Amino acid sequence: MSLDPGLVGRVSPPTPLVAVSRAQIAAFADAIGASDRVHHDAEIARSAGHADVVAPTTFPIVVAFAALEAFLADPEVGIELRNVVHAGQRFAATRPVTAGDVVSAVLRVESLRTIAGTDIIGTCTDITTAQGEHICTASATVAHRTPEPGT
Amino acid sequence: MSKLVAGAALGPEQFRVRRADLIRYAAASGDFNPIHWSDRVARAAGLPGVIAHGMYTMALAARAVTTWSGDPTSIQDFAVRFTKPVVVPDDDDGALVEVLGLVKDADEDGRTRIDLTVTCDGQRVLGMAGATLVTADA
Repeated sequence: MSLDPGLVGRVSPPTPLVAVSRAQIAAFADAIGASDRVHHDAEIARSAGHADVVAPTTFPIVVAFAALEAFLADPEVGIELRNVVHAGQRFAATRPVTAGDVVSAVLRVESLRTIAGTDIIGTCTDITTAQGEHICTASATVAHRTPEPGT
Repeated sequence: MSKLVAGAALGPEQFRVRRADLIRYAAASGDFNPIHWSDRVARAAGLPGVIAHGMYTMALAARAVTTWSGDPTSIQDFAVRFTKPVVVPDDDDGALVEVLGLVKDADEDGRTRIDLTVTCDGQRVLGMAGATLVTADA
């Protein structure tokens, strides 16, 4: 079953505001092996000109993924995460995510096409602070394969 | 940044990816898609077995770039396509991801464009992969 073409242009409600913590940034940096101290030590980050510890380049996916998951799980969309493969990703950053940022994400559906039974969904997620400052635009392309009957 | 001149070849940077790394990444990122930890679910989805999160591979590629730039916050724009999955076997060796860079251009505004070749087992796992860096000291 293909997805409704009317999904294109749809804008999801903003994700709940979350405060990005030092611990969250450190855990993400550790998980990807990013050992630079600006991800771990607030003093070192400040001496490098940042407000607090800064997140690695791809950290905004944590916020964007929450928006994507909510979109996929929406009953009007109805896609199971396990049937989805990430096909492409882009980050266009205004600045790095910094500990203490209170952020939210808004996802919109940019494109939808179906190739040989696979839905290719292009999404674009803007991540902004509670004050409305743009941090990053994370664009994800996901491929949705409708499972075979009986699997 | 002096080595980031147009035409410069960068790397290789190599990253070993094991199952434990995927578990840790799942927890840190919030992406608990079972294709990244369950062979059963991965095979039911038509994959050979558990695969790395595409975003994990992308994060490693970003690490390679920031290793070359010397500044972990220098990437302003970063885009990839996930062309082949990184299959991570349940053993001590896991998978080996290799990242090569080629500096396309470095302009006077301090913007540097680097194209990336990211492979695993000789196969390209990321396509159209490129980063644009901005450096304060340029």
